[in-house]
Amino acid sequence: MKKTYPIMLAALMFIISACSPKAEPDTLTVMTHDSFSISEDVVAAFEDMYGVEVRFLKLGDAGSALNKAILSMDAPLADVFYGVDNTFLSRALEEGVFEPYESPMLASIPAEFLLDDEFRVVPIDYGDVCLNIDLDYFAEQGLEAPSSLDDLLDPAYAGLLVVENPATSSPGMAFLLATIGHFGESHYLEYWRALVENDVLIVNDWETAYYAEFSRWGGTRPIVVSYGSSPPFEMIYAEEPMQSPATAAITADDTCYRQIEFAGILTGTTHRELAEAWIDFMLSPAFQEDLPMQMFMFPVNPDAQLDETFVEFLAIPEQPVVVSSEAIVDNREAWLEAWRGVVLQ
Amino acid sequence: MTHTAASGRNRSRLAGILIWAGPLVFLLLFYFFPLGSILDAGLSRAESGAAAPLLEAWRSPITRRALWFTTWQAAVSTLLTLLVGLPGAYLFARYQFRGKRMLQALAGIPFVMPTLVVAAAFNALLGPRGWVNIGLMALFDLAAPPIQFSQTLGAILLAHVFYNTTIVLRMVGDFWAHLDPRLQSAARTLGASPWQTARRVTLPLLLPAILAAALLVFIFDFSSFGVILILGGPAFITLEVEIFYQTTSLFNLPLAAALSVIQLVCNLALTIAYTRLSNRISRPLTLRARRGIQRPLRGLKQRLTAGAVIILIFSLLLTPLAALAVRSVTRLEPERGSTTVASGFTLDFYRALAEDPRQSIFYGPPSEAIAVSLSYAALTVVFSLLLGIPAAWALARRGDSTLSRVFDPIIMLPMGTSAVTLGLGFIVALSGPPLYLSTSPLLIPFAHTLVAFPFTVRSLTPALRSIQPRLHLAAASLGARPGQIFRAIDLPLAGRAAIVAATFAFTISLGEFGATAVIARPEYATIPIAIYRFLGQPGAMNYGQALALSTILMVVSGGGLLFIERLRIGDIGEF
Repeated sequence: MKKTYPIMLAALMFIISACSPKAEPDTLTVMTHDSFSISEDVVAAFEDMYGVEVRFLKLGDAGSALNKAILSMDAPLADVFYGVDNTFLSRALEEGVFEPYESPMLASIPAEFLLDDEFRVVPIDYGDVCLNIDLDYFAEQGLEAPSSLDDLLDPAYAGLLVVENPATSSPGMAFLLATIGHFGESHYLEYWRALVENDVLIVNDWETAYYAEFSRWGGTRPIVVSYGSSPPFEMIYAEEPMQSPATAAITADDTCYRQIEFAGILTGTTHRELAEAWIDFMLSPAFQEDLPMQMFMFPVNPDAQLDETFVEFLAIPEQPVVVSSEAIVDNREAWLEAWRGVVLQ
Repeated sequence: MTHTAASGRNRSRLAGILIWAGPLVFLLLFYFFPLGSILDAGLSRAESGAAAPLLEAWRSPITRRALWFTTWQAAVSTLLTLLVGLPGAYLFARYQFRGKRMLQALAGIPFVMPTLVVAAAFNALLGPRGWVNIGLMALFDLAAPPIQFSQTLGAILLAHVFYNTTIVLRMVGDFWAHLDPRLQSAARTLGASPWQTARRVTLPLLLPAILAAALLVFIFDFSSFGVILILGGPAFITLEVEIFYQTTSLFNLPLAAALSVIQLVCNLALTIAYTRLSNRISRPLTLRARRGIQRPLRGLKQRLTAGAVIILIFSLLLTPLAALAVRSVTRLEPERGSTTVASGFTLDFYRALAEDPRQSIFYGPPSEAIAVSLSYAALTVVFSLLLGIPAAWALARRGDSTLSRVFDPIIMLPMGTSAVTLGLGFIVALSGPPLYLSTSPLLIPFAHTLVAFPFTVRSLTPALRSIQPRLHLAAASLGARPGQIFRAIDLPLAGRAAIVAATFAFTISLGEFGATAVIARPEYATIPIAIYRFLGQPGAMNYGQALALSTILMVVSGGGLLFIERLRIGDIGEF
């Protein structure tokens, strides 16, 4: 019996510590997705300013987290939700999870990011989903990098591309939207048929595409759908400091899709004022400048200064593919189902 | 006379209800309530009535296809798992050899590993640039990798075998270890051939344990999600994958709910069939101490056979893990300007775990994640034994009472229920009044217990059921009270099974990712959660740290398994 005591004791301590009521001043709860990150001192700055404790809840990937916000509307788990992007925005707005709030900070945010004229959500950051290439592979083979979506149909690139399934992956969905925006609703399926002809590999998740199939890591395919910020990531998280990048994002016009991430005040919050303060804070330079190195997304606030390493190897596409948010609202599900019917047969 | 008989029956009915009360309250609160809430929320969103999505799901060709594929891949996976596991179970049961305990603990590690990690492990071994392909390419001077592993049916089946062999090894192996060998000897003496003995004596006696293990493996494979999604790829759709797609991508909650109902009905039908069958085939046995049964390996033939079985288990279960561990201390970044695979020893990834250049609020050193994971696992062991022992006891002792007949199949349901659906159910049901639980860290061990509880019951029931009733009668006639009988007879005799049960609860909790992600309080991140954080970002250091943490998870779970193996409570476990 002796040996089990420590375990029981540990368990008991755990239960007690978990159940004991905490004497907190006031807590602002922010619900978000798994990729969210923020510097400790940035949170501390907000907490000190308002004498409040900020608690974060991470509830899965962007889609799952949003679903949970919707399903807990009767008894909201949090005051603010951060991390709904423009591909999921329709769902959030239709379900009415957000209370309108027109932050004074929005005055300095470029109009291209303001997708809801009722101000139920505010844009916080954006990032581009772009083709990434393994530079060493292309150099070794003496092959030119593709510079448009049409290039990918060239037999020279047969069997070189790996993409994510839009039905299960958020960069996959973004890439599907890029093809819809570029080729139009009536032709994107043709393009996908041709991609399949040219031996595209479709996998279900970004991790498999990038780490198991991309030739830079475990695989054999030198072109992968990833983020515009992946190359600087590779530089910053290299084993040995790198002199020049090993991968590059293709940022030619009409090849990337821009994901914009929004935050909003959850309907029924009991901390409306604090929630407003948090939204303002997320748009302020303090938070906006912290974004890139934490989440590798770009600030929507043009006043925010970007980190040097980040800027140096970063290519921001000048003209990403645009798909209107109304079109996404109306057709998101139909596009996905049609794609699935054609490509996964 | 009639009066006392009636009050005796009443008392026994009351005892039956009391025994079931704990497990029942638990299941009501953490299974039926959340599940009912989410199915209700989903189906009531349907515009044309709750029956419409059910009909739609049933008629849809995609559902039919998914159901068919789900079933046959689970059946094939289960058969393969038995094929690999049974020889090992025999070896572990009947022989004593050096390193056995170690081998058994190692074989349990796959069960703990999160799917993305298993995918990384298989990729390090069998991927296009894994060691097997590199070796073959060098050996035969090939231009392209000869083995295509990822995104194939073979990968799904192999991964299922990899995960679940330990279930067969433990559940069948431990039962087999206590089977009286004199029965077989008697059969042989009476002139039966070894084949006849196996078929007519050993197999029938073992069947309850084999069926119990096969059922668990089948249910796991039937509701398989990560393996199908990551290793199988878009070409393979199981019910669970379709539920995930309908829920997350399309937000078609009515259809997702309908699909979950179909999945549930399949599992219920299966478990009902199982319980009927297992009640018919199990019989009381004289279980014997392992000491009297296990013997050392003798002679060349025995040694060779044992060697072959060990090599089979090793190569299937341990080489991917070893490949992963080796990867975690190997440089990852290819030389610039070349596309060859990097090599060279490094501990950088382990060192990097101890620091956080980003100063993220969510950073914690690995020791913290280990502590959180172990606390959850310990709680899960305690909870699932507290619930599992009375339930198993009731099933074994009062198997034909109405309560037991109803509960027996129900216990298994949480395992076969869509994790995606149940996760949302937790949010819907537990976030509001009266419980306000959905952000409590305690919810995670509860969710783990939900999955572990069927394992504890299934591990304990065959052992408890096989205890000769005359032992109880003898004890009772000597004046022992039911509690005393339980302590003096059942507990010592089933102690070994309790340790098996604890092992399962421990491993399930340690590796579980789904529920932990659903109810995530980032400040209580488990090791799998921390691994996924690294894996979600590009860059050698991120991937390397994910590999290093995965290796740490392997060591922690291996150590934990060895520790549980050594737990002995007095005579228990080694009767």
